Amino acid sequence: MKYAGLLVMSAGFFLTIAALILFPDPNSRTVFVLCGMAVEALGLVVAVRGHMAARGEARR
Amino acid sequence: MNTTPMTDTAFALSLALLMVAPLAIAGVALINTGLGRCRSAAQALLGNLTIVAVAAIVFALAGATFTGGAGHILQLAGKPWNWAGTAPWFMGGLSAASPHAQLALLFEFLAVALAAQIPWGSGADRLRLTAGCAIAALLAALVFPLVAHWVWGGGWLSQLGVNFGLGAGFLDGGGAATVQVLGGVSALAVVWIAGPRRGKFPKEGLSTALPGHNAVYVLFGCLLALVGWLAWNVAGALLWLHAPLSALPLAAVNTLLSASGALGATFAVTRFRFGKPDASLCANGWLAGLVASSACAGVVLPIQSLFVGVVAGIVTPLLVELLELALSIDDPSGAITVHFVGGLWGLLAAGFFAAQPGQLVAQLVGISTLLGLVLPLVYLLFWLLNRFVPFRVDADGERIGMDLHELGGGAYPEFVIHRDESYR
Repeated sequence: MKYAGLLVMSAGFFLTIAALILFPDPNSRTVFVLCGMAVEALGLVVAVRGHMAARGEARR
Repeated sequence: MNTTPMTDTAFALSLALLMVAPLAIAGVALINTGLGRCRSAAQALLGNLTIVAVAAIVFALAGATFTGGAGHILQLAGKPWNWAGTAPWFMGGLSAASPHAQLALLFEFLAVALAAQIPWGSGADRLRLTAGCAIAALLAALVFPLVAHWVWGGGWLSQLGVNFGLGAGFLDGGGAATVQVLGGVSALAVVWIAGPRRGKFPKEGLSTALPGHNAVYVLFGCLLALVGWLAWNVAGALLWLHAPLSALPLAAVNTLLSASGALGATFAVTRFRFGKPDASLCANGWLAGLVASSACAGVVLPIQSLFVGVVAGIVTPLLVELLELALSIDDPSGAITVHFVGGLWGLLAAGFFAAQPGQLVAQLVGISTLLGLVLPLVYLLFWLLNRFVPFRVDADGERIGMDLHELGGGAYPEFVIHRDESYR
């Protein structure tokens, strides 16, 4: 789950780069950069949840 | 990379400041040591010293090549993406380089040493000395040079303004991204890979408090760090933001205000939460204010800097508690909160308060790169490194303490080490 989260974070980065290349309009670009960051935040949450799940297993 | 000639005054001032900047390294070393346990104190401080040495040697041998020079340029969508430096190997031709380039390299030497120290504090009491040195070598050889080139060396992040009209490009005068967030990301990866200290999270109940062994080291380290940070931020404003000499006192005032605001806020929050102010959390708050100022001291007004510090000071104690109690992350030095989150907040604030249009988006792209590219890359590299150089000491070593296990003698030989309650 942690690895999946890190992969999702990378996907968010590429979304940000795509926004730079594909959207010359500042408003669209800003929205898509924020979308990329939202995907990264989602990936970070998944990675942290993965860490917590692993720690929970270790406690048992 | 800036090619504007540097005046003699600016050169002399930058050089003098960079002679003082290592006090930040000394301060962080003391904080790392004081927040660990007494039976690992000598190993912790020796670790800080060896990490600085290893980072400097590896950066000189390999890392500096990828930091400076014209750079490898990838053409994508009709825009140049400068992604890695192409300086001569082993710092060849340094004596013939421009004064600005020489000072930039000196700044980067100090920056890589500080960045490599940060994960060492998070791995306190269980990270082996060889692992700390290997981590420093990896950061100095590969990750730091790439990030430093992107931000400081004319790389693609610094060119966001020229290529995409995003303000002045990604701004990071004092190393909030290249040093603090990179160090914080490395700390997170180390904590994830090495796991918590034995007894930190028992099978039943809440986490066990393992307080730092010497609050005096920690608080004195904060004072040393202030001196170093003042020098660091002012030198960074000169070298990377090309600020005029008349703007430098403002950068210093902003640094002090950010740290002061953060300390005041953390003091108030811990006083409210626990009934009394918490010394180690106040130290974390102070440091978080300094870290946040690294990004924005050269570009904001004093009142804005105070606001940045207050926010950092409010968030720091709450996040330290959240990471430990809710997210099962054992970070003895609080580096993930202080350096990673504090650095990100400073970079974001620099975008919010900057005057140029598009600057906020440039800062967001930089933050996105740190989160979405640098964090997974660092985790992957550390995960591979852990296969060859195991990060964590064995259970027996952790029980007797890192001093006895790794050095054969303790930092305080006349102390009686009490039996640890958490091992029952």
